[in-house]
Amino acid sequence: MISLVSSVEHPKGVLKESLKEIEVIRGTTLVKRGFAHMQKHGVIMDVTSVEQAQIAEEAGAVAVMVLDKLPYDVRKAGGIARTASLKVVEDVLNHVTIPVMAKCRIGHSGEANILEEAGVDMIDESEVLTPADEERHIWKWDYTTPFVNGGRDLGEALRRIEEGAAMVRTKGEPGTGNVAEAVKHIRLVNNQIGRIKFLYENGDNQELIREARELKVSYEIVAETGRLGRLPVVNFAAGGIATPADASLMMKLGCDGVFVGSGIFKAEDPMERAKAIVLATTFYDDAKIVSEAQKMVDERKSMMGLDAKTMEFRMQDRGTI
Amino acid sequence: MIIGVLGFQGDIEEHIAATKEALKKLKIDGAVSVVKTADELGEVDALIVPGGESTVIGGLSLFNKSLSVIKERIKNGMPVLGTCAGMILLANRTYDRVVGEKKQPLLGVLNVLVERNSFGRQRESFEADLNVPLLGKQKFKGVFIRAPSVKEASQGVETLAKLDGEVVAVRQGNIVGTCFHPELSGDTRLHEYFVQMIKKH
Repeated sequence: MISLVSSVEHPKGVLKESLKEIEVIRGTTLVKRGFAHMQKHGVIMDVTSVEQAQIAEEAGAVAVMVLDKLPYDVRKAGGIARTASLKVVEDVLNHVTIPVMAKCRIGHSGEANILEEAGVDMIDESEVLTPADEERHIWKWDYTTPFVNGGRDLGEALRRIEEGAAMVRTKGEPGTGNVAEAVKHIRLVNNQIGRIKFLYENGDNQELIREARELKVSYEIVAETGRLGRLPVVNFAAGGIATPADASLMMKLGCDGVFVGSGIFKAEDPMERAKAIVLATTFYDDAKIVSEAQKMVDERKSMMGLDAKTMEFRMQDRGTI
Repeated sequence: MIIGVLGFQGDIEEHIAATKEALKKLKIDGAVSVVKTADELGEVDALIVPGGESTVIGGLSLFNKSLSVIKERIKNGMPVLGTCAGMILLANRTYDRVVGEKKQPLLGVLNVLVERNSFGRQRESFEADLNVPLLGKQKFKGVFIRAPSVKEASQGVETLAKLDGEVVAVRQGNIVGTCFHPELSGDTRLHEYFVQMIKKH
């Protein structure tokens, strides 16, 4: 049974509809979080065209994420990064059978409405695009379509869940091909959950309330996280994953699956790499298959990569409130 | 009794939890394990193919050569439960509502034609209280996520549940398939039914 913690009463995104013989309810917490559970142990790949989406599907992606430019190119191009052309989104929707996700700007409910209308299966309110609202994210309970959000630490992740995110991911540092930031974020989340679990199991409510205040979230979601010993929604790795070994590392650290952004289509061997990353994600605990997967890619064809430490502009610092 | 959950991709953990709960309720001594390889598959008495992406689960089971092993075992009578993507994999023919026919690795043991994404995309996904006569009078909460439906069924395929005229759960001998996700609803009656089916086997 999926945790339904933080669900609000009568959210706008929940729609009742009478079919011929039966009444159905759409957009419930169970249906939205349930969708994320179907992605588990899989790889979601960033694509910018139908051709790339078809390569991703063929290679075994569990879903594709449509955006205008890959994070690496967003970084290089500068300027304002917005949601992808609807033409491209619709084209992808009509040509692949796996779920199609798309990114909108943080706080930009206008873009989110358009993506929901287009019929995407999940919306990523993403720091890769230029934030539209520096102070608040989208109130995601208003949507029937589920959302995924990024977080660098437990507070960010839980705040996004309270706003209605049905899935979360580490932020990492997108477009760098450097997995270090994603590792930092998942380690931090794991450590924070470890402490909360300990407090919960010891029935230390005073400390749990203190934690909730520090994380700027409700006591309820902190207690639920302690009870579960994990995030209450599906949590993927994202931001800098470029090789099969990277994917296996993130799975070993406890992620439920992996997003790959620039890592595949900024490499010179996208099809082979995509297949290899899928294998390394599913079989992360089988050293033999992971090394087989790593052999499928050539390090000379990996994206060049950037070191997040020396970078002036960091996408992960966007939308942290 | 050892029940395996096919562990490539999808909501594997939810099936493990629901099956354990069902065993506990029925007071049956049994174990539930994640299986991927041919060796692991040889050790289980029954198999659950979870929800997820059928193209991905199929592709990975083809890669590690377990697809043919599973197929053989089901043909030899091993009880199997497939939910959503799991049922698509069991079917012998599928097509996508929007994209049409698509080549994908299947187990092809259940004699039905399945339409993928039959009720629409995620925004159209829903919960509904279903009549499932063999689970008793109390309605069963069906969680339909980009769910398929059964468009045609050969003789020998029994309809277990319908939704608005569409067939959404079937049984053919040792094979049970549902278009919805009993592992997500918190109601273990369908898993209990499957466990009892294994016991009788």
